[in-house]
Amino acid sequence: MKRVVNKTKIENYSMNFGPQHPAAHGVLRLVLELDGEIVERADPHIGLLHRGTEKLIENKTYLQAIPYFDRLDYVSPMCQEHAYALAVEKLMQIEVPVRGQYIRVLFSEITRILNHILNITTFALDVGAMTPFLWLFEEREVLMEFYERVSGSRLHAAYFRPGGVHRDLPDGLLEDIKDFTKRFPDRINDVEKLLESNRIFRQRTVDIGIIKAKDALERGFSGPCLRASGVAWDLRRTQPYDVYDKFDFKVPTGSVGDCYERFLVRVEEMRQSLLIINQCIEMMPKGQCISDDPKITPPKRSEMKVSMEALINHFKLFTEGYHVPSGETYTSVEAPKGEFGVYIISDGTNKPYRCKIRAPGFPLLQATEFLSKGHMLADLVAIIGSLDIVFGEIDR
Amino acid sequence: MTYKDSKLVDAIDLVKNSIQIFDCKVLVSNSELSIESSKSDFIKIILFLKDHPNTSFDVLVDICAVDYPDRKNRFEIVYQLLSISLNLRMKLKLKIKEDEPVESLSNIYPCANWYEREIWDLFGISFENHPDLRRILTDYDFEGFPLRKDFPLTGFVQVKYDDETQQVINEPVKLDQEYRDFDNLSPWEGMTKILPGDEKSGQ
Repeated sequence: MKRVVNKTKIENYSMNFGPQHPAAHGVLRLVLELDGEIVERADPHIGLLHRGTEKLIENKTYLQAIPYFDRLDYVSPMCQEHAYALAVEKLMQIEVPVRGQYIRVLFSEITRILNHILNITTFALDVGAMTPFLWLFEEREVLMEFYERVSGSRLHAAYFRPGGVHRDLPDGLLEDIKDFTKRFPDRINDVEKLLESNRIFRQRTVDIGIIKAKDALERGFSGPCLRASGVAWDLRRTQPYDVYDKFDFKVPTGSVGDCYERFLVRVEEMRQSLLIINQCIEMMPKGQCISDDPKITPPKRSEMKVSMEALINHFKLFTEGYHVPSGETYTSVEAPKGEFGVYIISDGTNKPYRCKIRAPGFPLLQATEFLSKGHMLADLVAIIGSLDIVFGEIDR
Repeated sequence: MTYKDSKLVDAIDLVKNSIQIFDCKVLVSNSELSIESSKSDFIKIILFLKDHPNTSFDVLVDICAVDYPDRKNRFEIVYQLLSISLNLRMKLKLKIKEDEPVESLSNIYPCANWYEREIWDLFGISFENHPDLRRILTDYDFEGFPLRKDFPLTGFVQVKYDDETQQVINEPVKLDQEYRDFDNLSPWEGMTKILPGDEKSGQ
């Protein structure tokens, strides 16, 4: 006799991950379809932090648009100002004084360390390690003090302006940054030693979320996530902007493209950033830090007390703003998360006609489903942590 | 351009020459290459640029839509492409009318999926053969296309928590202070005969 086996079909389980979950890195809502504990489908619902930045910029003058760039990716503010400043400079054909360029590079690299500290430590926290978070956030506070000393605020700096940087460095800052670069390599080594060969950390990250170079390119990856897949593509090296072509640094790459390598690439990038910072301090020239064109740069306060023309320029700059010749440009920088681009279309007035922001995190988050299919639910948390996702820039 | 100009010019020439077989216009401004494609050849051009070993634009960096309400072809879609091997960026532009759908690129470049959803969400341009054309950045029950030039900056609705029904509700926008849009562009041309406030004098 033939035995009849009753097969009951087990339906897949749908689950909501976030938006109020500490491992969602902000306001990510993931709708998951699980087969047991295996991820079958992951559908990210984004837009919970959408503020309409692009629409707002269309209604502001070029100078008023800068602070919006701090608020996109709020852990690496200055790199985004950098992209915007470069784009406006390109349209207006402004030459930036060399000292201004060096200061920008210096602070871009400080920003990179700032960002990588946040990502590495919260990633470790996601997979169960609390200590790196406590160790490195103390150093992060020191870096934000540097921010405060040049711009007056710890996070939303609005320091890079079209034409240079807003103010020159205060006395003693370079020495303090130098001290930091002497002390910080030990901290990186400590954290690396703690995580690199840790059994639990490796079990959670090695061979999780693998992406090959071809897939990574097709999916619009950039930055550390692309380099971890083995493509040595770094805009600081391949399409250098400001004075990046004067520095000696290496571009770390991986070969497998899993979560573990994305972590290693970031750790090495922090070391390279320290190298660039050191060279920057040594080579820092004297001179002006912002272009002296009165039609772009506001006059000094002392000048305004005695010069009528300075007063007029100041008034015109902060009401009407400068007019940018009509044209368009796509300018991108190597932000800590990847390629951050600004596409500005100018119609010759004092406001941009269209300003499209290319956020590196947007295509990275899009690949979540590709990366997590067939992995366990717990691996999804490691994958999201390793992609370095911040919602300020994704939702715009 | 700080990186080697001669290499850049060579690369631009290479792309220019190989793209000539298609119906398109090539422009170079600010040492950035842009190609204006006709609608009929659009997919062919994209496939050629991606797969031909001379060009190999293997990364689709971004897609951007621009609204020109006064033009006959209201929207312009700009595809930012990057070739790693040539170290070259280019823009591919496509002009379309309002309500005219565009062919989706999501099976050529997988990352186009979300970029196209974003354009559908913010501009209302629909894409043919797109696997999953839903809104992405705005709220689930949002109406209208916010990045069009005829959409007001303040929007139409505002959100609040309603104590009576104990839920979050939408209501028409109320501004405590009128939105101030200063016209800094027109130069001052002296006084007009009727001054603001004159209309009240007869009352």
